[in-house]
Amino acid sequence: MPIQQLCTIVEAKRLNEYAYAFTLEVGDMVRRHGLRAGQFLHIQCGHSRLLRRPLSVSLCGADAPQDTASIVFEVRGEGTAWLYRRKAGDTLDVLGPLGNGFRVDREDRLLLVGGGIGVPPLLGQAGFTRGRSTAVLGFRSADRAMLVDRFQEFCQAVFLCSDDGTLGRHGFVDAQLRDVLEKDKNFTAVLACGPKPMLKNVAKVAAEYGVPCQVSLEERMACGVGACLGCAVQMADGTMKHVCKDGPVFDAQEVDWNV
Amino acid sequence: MSNVDLSVNLAGVTLKNPVVVASGTFGFGREYGQFYDLSELGGICAKGLTLHRREGNPPPRIAETPMGILNSVGLQNPGVDAFLEEELPFLRQYDLKVIANISGNTPEEYGIMCEKLSAAGVDLIEVNISCPNVKAGGLAYGTRPELAAEVTRVAKAHAGRTPVMVKLSPNVTDITEIARAVEEAGADALSLINTLRGMRIDVNTRRPILKMNTGGLSGPAVLPVAVRMVWEVAQAVKLPILGMGGVSKAEDAAQLMLAGASAVAVGTALFADPYAPIRVRDGLEELCRRQGLSAVSRLTGGVKPW
Repeated sequence: MPIQQLCTIVEAKRLNEYAYAFTLEVGDMVRRHGLRAGQFLHIQCGHSRLLRRPLSVSLCGADAPQDTASIVFEVRGEGTAWLYRRKAGDTLDVLGPLGNGFRVDREDRLLLVGGGIGVPPLLGQAGFTRGRSTAVLGFRSADRAMLVDRFQEFCQAVFLCSDDGTLGRHGFVDAQLRDVLEKDKNFTAVLACGPKPMLKNVAKVAAEYGVPCQVSLEERMACGVGACLGCAVQMADGTMKHVCKDGPVFDAQEVDWNV
Repeated sequence: MSNVDLSVNLAGVTLKNPVVVASGTFGFGREYGQFYDLSELGGICAKGLTLHRREGNPPPRIAETPMGILNSVGLQNPGVDAFLEEELPFLRQYDLKVIANISGNTPEEYGIMCEKLSAAGVDLIEVNISCPNVKAGGLAYGTRPELAAEVTRVAKAHAGRTPVMVKLSPNVTDITEIARAVEEAGADALSLINTLRGMRIDVNTRRPILKMNTGGLSGPAVLPVAVRMVWEVAQAVKLPILGMGGVSKAEDAAQLMLAGASAVAVGTALFADPYAPIRVRDGLEELCRRQGLSAVSRLTGGVKPW
């Protein structure tokens, strides 16, 4: 059950020139309301903007005195430009937990594929399956990389790619994914988060190798709770589902990738 | 200090308080029902129904604008039968008036839906002739007086004793012309305003944000338009009015009531604050107390124009 809560920022960190990480005190949202990484929090970004901003939870924990949750965002527009100016000690108006995160078990051996700002929501899955999972992380360029050391801490192996060749392999994550699966198909699932064209390619490669694939999708969102039907995504069977209530994580097979 | 009487009458239906939630912003109540008891509300205008299930428009369907949002959801809904089977029984657990909102492709479709909804005992039927996001019906009926009147007549003929409230579009030159046509055709109440057609363009990609290019504008930005139109319509017809458009606080609701509304709907404000309708209700009570009014209904039509 989602709740509305004023959350204090306990840590505000800059991850690179574009991305920020906030750790929030979220009351008992983890213990009592079951908040997990991969779900999202709907955060009010100042009173001059009507809509909240949905931000995925990268890590969360049942901590004392309050549960904590981390969010990572890039400054993309007016809302996030307001948000990045908040400091530790400031409070945020938060709705959460919202949405369905990745379906994972602690014993899973996951292949995590993230692109850009899609990388952070996978961190919690890496932590949950500590030591068992492999990550393929792609960034536009080396200066946009983030959280790589944390993935290296949690994962069996981490492969880096960049669009311009300034970090790791020069190219997209789906090519790296193919190489990993070519050597080892023994993964419980591919979990992917990133821009939709990337997800489409990742889903295709995972399907080729017969590994189940879950993708975390984004769409322009209003209510965040499933009431307004704004954040629709088209499904392969012709129906519409909604990122906020049915997702953000979907089975790659149920998504219509050709729209 | 004496209590303020919050109850209002809308076309013979008594709402225990004047705050309802606007169609399309509250689904069928299940989602916001996780946050509070739906019995706190005066009523719910349920998500717009069509005769058959509709998947709605392709995304993106939402674009934020200065103090507003554009939407092009396009009446995604499970169809009137699914509403009656699955959603109405859920809403009936609560003490609130259920207002079913309907859109048809033809006058006959409005009639069929009215019959089903009336037989199922909904409290009020809101006839949507003003959705800007669908090609057939929708806005076409709402911008031509003779078509608006025809849909109203058919709805009334099939609604039995259930009052019919017609939802008007602001996308017209003279809203009073439509209001009068609908009144003459037998409507029991009016609700206004639906969204204003608008557009937002990404200057870098040169693409409209909405996949449908245009959509309907709602939110605080439209409040003054709603107040003006409620005021104009209230002078033109005798029908009770459910006022809506940009209400996010009690003063906004009071403006609509002073302009002539008997009750108000809160919609887009929910997306910022799920508790907005309850805050509006409590704020209206406080405002009445401050002004020494014994009943919130005393606000209706109380504007003193220059």
